Amino acid sequence: MTDARPASVPPPPGRLRRAWQSDFLWSFRRAPVAMVSFLVVTVLVLAAVFAPLVAPHDPFNPATLNLMNGFTPPGQPNAFTGESFWLGTDDQGRDVFSTILYGMRISLFVGFSAVLLAMVLGVLLGLLAGYLGGWTETVIMRVADVQLTFPAILVAMLIFGIAKGITPPEYRDQMAIWVLILAIGLSDWVQFARVVRGATLVEKNKEYVQAARLVGRSPFAIMTRHILPNVLNPVLVIATISLALAIIAEATLSFLGVGAPPTKPSLGTLIRIGQEFMFSGEWWILFFPALTLLALALSINLLGDWLRDALNPRLR
Amino acid sequence: MKVTGAIAAVLLATTALPVTAETLRWARAGDSLTLDPHAQNEGPTHTLAHQMYEPLIIRDMAGAFQPALATDWAPKADDPNVWVFNLRQGVTYHDGADFTAEDVVFSINRAKSENSNMKELLSSVVEVRAVDDHTVEFVTDGPNPILPSNLTNLFMMDKGWAEANGAVDVQDIEGGETTFAATNTNGTGPYKLVSREPDVRTVLTINEEYWGKNDFPLDVTEIVYTPIQNAATRVAALLSGEVDFIQDVPVQDLGRVASTDGLVVKTAPQNRVIFFGMNLGADDIARDNVEGANPLADARVRKAMSMAINRDAIKQVVMRDQSQPAGMIAPPFVNGWTAEMDASAKTDIEAAKALMAEAGYGDGFSIQLDCPNDRYINDEAICQASVGMLAQIGVTVNLDAKPKAQHFPLITNGETDFYMLGWGVPTYDSEYIFNFLVHTRTDERGSWNGTGYSNPELDAKIVRLASETDLDARNATVAEIWQVVQDEQLYIPIHHQVLNWGMADKVGIDVSPEDDPKMKFFTMN
Repeated sequence: MTDARPASVPPPPGRLRRAWQSDFLWSFRRAPVAMVSFLVVTVLVLAAVFAPLVAPHDPFNPATLNLMNGFTPPGQPNAFTGESFWLGTDDQGRDVFSTILYGMRISLFVGFSAVLLAMVLGVLLGLLAGYLGGWTETVIMRVADVQLTFPAILVAMLIFGIAKGITPPEYRDQMAIWVLILAIGLSDWVQFARVVRGATLVEKNKEYVQAARLVGRSPFAIMTRHILPNVLNPVLVIATISLALAIIAEATLSFLGVGAPPTKPSLGTLIRIGQEFMFSGEWWILFFPALTLLALALSINLLGDWLRDALNPRLR
Repeated sequence: MKVTGAIAAVLLATTALPVTAETLRWARAGDSLTLDPHAQNEGPTHTLAHQMYEPLIIRDMAGAFQPALATDWAPKADDPNVWVFNLRQGVTYHDGADFTAEDVVFSINRAKSENSNMKELLSSVVEVRAVDDHTVEFVTDGPNPILPSNLTNLFMMDKGWAEANGAVDVQDIEGGETTFAATNTNGTGPYKLVSREPDVRTVLTINEEYWGKNDFPLDVTEIVYTPIQNAATRVAALLSGEVDFIQDVPVQDLGRVASTDGLVVKTAPQNRVIFFGMNLGADDIARDNVEGANPLADARVRKAMSMAINRDAIKQVVMRDQSQPAGMIAPPFVNGWTAEMDASAKTDIEAAKALMAEAGYGDGFSIQLDCPNDRYINDEAICQASVGMLAQIGVTVNLDAKPKAQHFPLITNGETDFYMLGWGVPTYDSEYIFNFLVHTRTDERGSWNGTGYSNPELDAKIVRLASETDLDARNATVAEIWQVVQDEQLYIPIHHQVLNWGMADKVGIDVSPEDDPKMKFFTMN
């Protein structure tokens, strides 16, 4: 058994073995739902990350598209070109399988980045609010309360609309992804802030924090070095569930036509395109992207559920 | 015998009694852009206006002239430069005011004023004068034999109403202005405005005082107009019976609608051609990657781009055969159209690449394409397909698709480098196309010419068309102008649209080539 850690820090004997027997993994091994979900997420993420290697076509390169391949049913040869595609093609002759892989890349990238943004922002503001108290807390938490009264998707659409209005049209396509991240991230920081603030309020009166304060550490150091590690567990749980929600939020925005552009479609854009052909029998354009989105979001959600239980000592 | 006759008469009388209220729930992809009848020369805008306002002459559903607010018209006997219109008597506006010659003079002058989008139709008119209350004379700057066909979308407003409501000036849409006349109407037409939420819902009710109430079916007593941009939602609304009539059945759903009990699809070629325009007049264009030069200024580049478009593939896959590939920007209905020019567009990627290289753009360039997504049949899908086709000759296209309300001002303001436009020709004559799309953009003409093209020699020929009375000479000039338009590849034609109206079978109407259903002709049973 080898360990990747540098030799200067000798690993405790049987570390992997201990890890395997830890409570955390023990509960993972006992949860078939979590294991299946983990497998699905891993396969999908790997397929998305390595899409250029896995996908038979590059759907983002318009020069390689042949319109005559349009509407090819799954597994059947096209009537004009004779080419056949595993999951069929969409209205522009794009291979649905490749488009899903590339689209999932965008969905996952937007999801991860948006959650990261929301997490950094929410944790920071939550820490500040909880530790400093006073008017800082009042301002941050009241802003959070106000934002909570609007549905997140509306806030995201508002941010998207404003950002689209101020970006020059020629950069809109390139900027669309970043604007999506900003829109979803900014609409989602509140729950992080609220949870972190609550946990910080509990932690800041504990003895280790008082000790740190007595030895004269700065408030910033106390917040990041002492309190943060102890409030991270719930943050991880929220982050996982937020990831599923962010992916769905991105899909919703793109479905409504305010997200990823049709030339560089995400899963939501694909579903929007496919929905046009629901009545005419070309079901595969809608079905496969929708199925992928469902599998992705459901698996991440189930993983998040399991994580919440596994990390909560009271539920054991 | 007498008795049965009397019974029959009674029966007839009872069946002829006022029909019960019939609501026509009507949907199409996009809304009217404004209620101001002179602010936008655009199909859906005019179609809604036709229900409430009336011009002097209309085209019936088959496209033939029919007297509306004028009962008859003829050139003046002793002066070929004057057209005399006799107006219909006893017509009142919705607010009760009488329709008189003064209103015609006011409306025509309004349609010739600065912000009007209808100026090109009246460019030959130098003066309109009221002879008496019900006679009007149009003075043209030379004999204009086709003047009546220019008037079918020129609506008559009430002078007093416009003055009382600050609506004398035409709304400046490009400038973002909203006026009283843009949100209220007072016409002579068969329907009155009840309520309107732009892009959501417009409700009209029958005008009980309508002058033609005995001349037209007028079965529809209420119109509820709801624009539904999403194709699947629109067709679902028709399938579920939520609407009775949609003007644009998505091509992929034609079979589904036609095979549904109680629904019918009616099809006819439309008087409308779809094409791309390019900003070829500018020294440099903003949204490309070529510095200090405009690749579109080179006719070879424009020809190469046209050759890259595979019109047959668009017809087969995107339009599912519901279109006719075009080689010129005139529909076959139009005087000046020739089968030869219309068949001239050929796809040839290799030749196109060679032309690009010859023009010095062998490595291609990038450009932005502005495209509407709620105006023409599958507009966005056509643009998207073209992105792929142009990529094959090295032209990288960034597609920006948006609703027509944001798209059209880009063209009329000259703020787009590469755009999609469709053009119908209500006058059935090439002069209309030249006036709007080919003539240099001036105060008088060229308002929809987003290409920046300016050719004084051609302009002179276009202006001359209005007063050319020798039909053969005129047609020869039309042909000459078309030759230049074709040689310069001023536009990249795509196809002629085919109309598919879907309706509940109780709705009785035939497709009009103008795509302008006038509800007074509808029967409901």
